[in-house]
Amino acid sequence: MWTWFHRFGSPRYFYEFSGKWAPWFGWSSLVCMLIGLYLGLFVAPPDYQQGQSYRIIFIHVPSAWMSLFVYMNMAAAALVALVWRIKVADVVVTSCAPIGASFTFLALVTGSLWGKPMWGTWWVWDARLTSELVLLFLYLGVIALRAAIEDRTDGSRAAGILALVGVVNIPIIHYSVEWWNTLHQGATVSKLDAPSIHISMLLPLLLMAVAFMLYFSMTLLLRARCEIMDRERRSRWVLEVVDGT
Amino acid sequence: MSIQEFIRMDGYGFYIWTSYALALIVLVANLVAPMLARKRLFREIKGAIHRDNMKNVPQA
Amino acid sequence: MTRNGLGSVFYVVVRRDLLIALRRRNEIANPLIFFIMVGTLFALGLEPGSGLLAKMAPSVIWVAALLGALMSLHTIFRSDFADGALEQFLISGHPTSVLVAAKVVAHWLVTGLPLIAVSPLLAIMLQLPTEAIGPLLLTLLLGTPALSLIGAIGVALTVGLRSGGILLSLVVLPLYVPVLIFGAAAVETAISGLPITAHLYFLGAILLLSLTLAPFATAASLRVSVS
Repeated sequence: MWTWFHRFGSPRYFYEFSGKWAPWFGWSSLVCMLIGLYLGLFVAPPDYQQGQSYRIIFIHVPSAWMSLFVYMNMAAAALVALVWRIKVADVVVTSCAPIGASFTFLALVTGSLWGKPMWGTWWVWDARLTSELVLLFLYLGVIALRAAIEDRTDGSRAAGILALVGVVNIPIIHYSVEWWNTLHQGATVSKLDAPSIHISMLLPLLLMAVAFMLYFSMTLLLRARCEIMDRERRSRWVLEVVDGT
Repeated sequence: MSIQEFIRMDGYGFYIWTSYALALIVLVANLVAPMLARKRLFREIKGAIHRDNMKNVPQA
Repeated sequence: MTRNGLGSVFYVVVRRDLLIALRRRNEIANPLIFFIMVGTLFALGLEPGSGLLAKMAPSVIWVAALLGALMSLHTIFRSDFADGALEQFLISGHPTSVLVAAKVVAHWLVTGLPLIAVSPLLAIMLQLPTEAIGPLLLTLLLGTPALSLIGAIGVALTVGLRSGGILLSLVVLPLYVPVLIFGAAAVETAISGLPITAHLYFLGAILLLSLTLAPFATAASLRVSVS
């Protein structure tokens, strides 16, 4: 069973694998998104409290989930890279960071756009939004660190360590921000939590989440294979691939 | 619901459609960036191969 | 304490770093002056006599402490990196995490401790109620070592880089957020007269976590930076 997994450590195998699978992930993501958007925008009824504005959750919530999921992914890859010194894992760390930062940014902006009609301000120091903001800074730190180090291998290794340090901090930050938030609000539910969600709204939400997950898989594979090819540009298999086109 | 009502979304249209537009931009950007990088990479590697081949051509 | 055991290695490194720091006494003063200056800037930015300053005091003092710690972090590894001593540490055969812990302790003694000593001055300047000064000192006592420990990771990651300073801030500040939240909240709670034991426990927990994990992360980062 582990030999199947170990094959991914080979840059060449990863390159071939990603080339085959990325389109599948891409198209299935698109299908899920179209169905999810149709259900979310046309079929689901307006919310009795928030009216039509709640429809932003179909973007906001999956983005927020992905922002965390991608970080976990990045940290797991960093651990693998650090412990087993697998180059492909290093590349995954680097590739995850900008995608995760994009999702975090999207979650923040859509959260803000949802908040403005609801609470009248463009920004509110809600526990969830504040945690997302700090998460964005964590991502930016990883990206900036990698960019600042000239040697590519060292850069990914340093970024990987930072990602791991960050992952330990994420629950602490999240908890402390939530705690800080309840100090000034009393024991209220986080403003962006829906009390309980009807199936007509839950279904498109889950579909969008699945769509985002598939999309992430696709872009990760695309970015990673590009980076791998870059790193291995002197090796024979790369020259064969490039020459063959 | 008519098209106008759909776009207006009871007055929330700006917020909703801006969100979806931003999502579209982010998703497309993250798709296009690796594709462009790949094209650039192919160009660079082909250039390097070409230069290496030129070096191997016997000088007159 | 055995003659050649880890204990004596630890002691030797702390002593060395302290001696080096004491030779550069003005470098000790700079972060302290910066600390006071940040507080002064906040005061100047607010309407005098509005009472807002006193309300903001816990947050301002803590943010100033964070920034002061950030300003002083580079002294942990930079000069050793520049003259090659860091490489010697890494190949010396002693566990790097112990050496790192020793350096961080020395760093805290010359940056964190003076900051704690000066903080009552800033507290008075910012009109913090006197009953909150004791709690302030307690929170700083628990918080500043954590700041040094966490900051050391950032310094180790950025030690050879040109853009070091600003990159260091970007990398380290998000990690400082929990310390800031609990530290400032503790002082605020103390002002209203309520007990701050929970806050102190959390700060203590963060400190212990940093104490156990940060030296290893720092050591790993040093190995990447020095390679």
